[in-house]
Amino acid sequence: SSIIADLSISTSPAIWHQCTHPTSSTLLITPRKPSPVAKMAAMFSQNPVMNGPNYSFSDGPKTNNGELREHRFNPYTDNGGSTLGIAGADFTIMAGDTRHTSGYSINSRMAPKVFKVGGTTASQDDATIVLSVCGFAADGSALRDQLDTICKIYRYRHGKPMTLNACAKRLSTILYQKRFFPYYVTAMLGGLDDYEREQCRAGGAAGSLIMPFLDNQVNFKNQYVPGSGTGHDLKERERHPLSRPQVETIIKDAFDGAVERHIEVGDALQMMIITKDGIEESILPMKQD
Amino acid sequence: SSIASFQRRQTSSDKRHEPPHSHPANNPAQDSAVDSTPLHTLQNTMDHRPQAWGRPRDDVYGAYDASFMNSNGPKQNTQQPIVTGTSVIAVKFKDGVVMAADNLASYGSLARFTDVKRLRPFANSSVVGFSGDVSDMQYLDRHLTDLAISEAYDSPEQPRLSAANLHRYLAKLLYRRRSKFDPLWNHLLVAGFDDAGEPFLAAADLLGSTYSSPSLATGFGSMLAQPIMRRHVPDEEAARKLSREQAVDIVKECMKVLYYRDARSLDQYSLAVVTKDGVELKTDEKLENQSWAFAERIKGYGTQTV
Repeated sequence: SSIIADLSISTSPAIWHQCTHPTSSTLLITPRKPSPVAKMAAMFSQNPVMNGPNYSFSDGPKTNNGELREHRFNPYTDNGGSTLGIAGADFTIMAGDTRHTSGYSINSRMAPKVFKVGGTTASQDDATIVLSVCGFAADGSALRDQLDTICKIYRYRHGKPMTLNACAKRLSTILYQKRFFPYYVTAMLGGLDDYEREQCRAGGAAGSLIMPFLDNQVNFKNQYVPGSGTGHDLKERERHPLSRPQVETIIKDAFDGAVERHIEVGDALQMMIITKDGIEESILPMKQD
Repeated sequence: SSIASFQRRQTSSDKRHEPPHSHPANNPAQDSAVDSTPLHTLQNTMDHRPQAWGRPRDDVYGAYDASFMNSNGPKQNTQQPIVTGTSVIAVKFKDGVVMAADNLASYGSLARFTDVKRLRPFANSSVVGFSGDVSDMQYLDRHLTDLAISEAYDSPEQPRLSAANLHRYLAKLLYRRRSKFDPLWNHLLVAGFDDAGEPFLAAADLLGSTYSSPSLATGFGSMLAQPIMRRHVPDEEAARKLSREQAVDIVKECMKVLYYRDARSLDQYSLAVVTKDGVELKTDEKLENQSWAFAERIKGYGTQTV
């Protein structure tokens, strides 16, 4: 017996010619061009309900009421939490809370969402890049594992760690590869580079609570030099990179504010401080209610 | 020649048993010469018009049920759990982990199977507790048996896979299946030790979500048992101070609360204690000291006194 199959999806009515024979059986699957005969088949159909030559292979599973049954499985969920990154002159701090929620329940009070990537070992001691992922945690850890592997392979092939710029570009292609079944995460990369991408960015559940505060306190938006003029003549307060203690204070205050006003944020604040000497990690307690 | 003989046979069959509505143009050889080939009995019940060639005739067999041939329709993977197990609860203590789950597999609201063991030891060093769909649990159980056997070939003396390794393996498996839109409808807890030899407890669910905590519970347990366990073990520090007896007492208390308030629970349950010495699994535990005496004082829903 032989099987010849055309696997292309055909919009014209595909007809299966099945010939039964005492000694051999042959199954030919050929998308048939809409021909007068095929149209006639619809006319002669013995099953008018199906409105065609009775080969509706696209018919889906039905409920008991005869309605089409939809997929009930939802592959996504939201595990809450918030992340925040601020770049200083010669350092970057990536922060995130450690609460992991599902609905109104707390799954874990200590589930970090800020990770070192691209180190040579599992302990990530010599990593230079920090990734934060916030949203659907399973996608987040899958994304982290994939990016980490890619960074490790890059180091193996090129004999040097990946630059933040290269890593960001690669991260965007990884995310776009799943354009039609996306990773449901806000991903941020932090590190040191020659470029300045963004001064600061907040993401996740309380991103909208934190970001306006950062606009004001990091980029001095809507702040003016006192007595510099009236109305539109006011001179904007000059921007300058913040010092590390200032940034740490702003991050702590931003999260304390978010914990107070958002139920999915809390438990502990994890901070990764990236400097040219390496990455320091700190965990500070926050309200658990 | 086989095609020729087929056509010959078909012509004669058409002659004998002409399908309804057959168009003369479709049977050009209707009045051809007589064929001496014996007929296959099925041919009388087959449709021979070219547009529906050789398939069973609708007027003999009824309309074709297309739902049997869903080649390009929606996938028919697990859409919902059918036979289910309820909560699994577990708490870490200083020398290991205690885990419990009742022995019930429900069929909707019917308490259908009352002797289903939902805790599964692995390599005498870890325990996996399953809630959710029981057939998917059995699939994973077989999968883990295969894994244990192949691991035992590679390293017969000392198990290579710690509970942390096992948890990661299962989480990847679950995430892969959810990404194929064909989930294993389970929420599971893995207990044992990590690679550093510390007590390990972590959860993984049908979406591939993973998390770890000093105490964990799935399903109803996350709402009823977790608050009780967290009161005793709020953090890792408290878990490092907890004795085995205390941990077992906490878990038993939680199982009782779950039996009071979870309509899909049972008073017979399994209890596993994982320590460095191995897994101690008891599958026929019964709830003790239930408090129902107060019920006879309750009458009516308001003003009734008798």
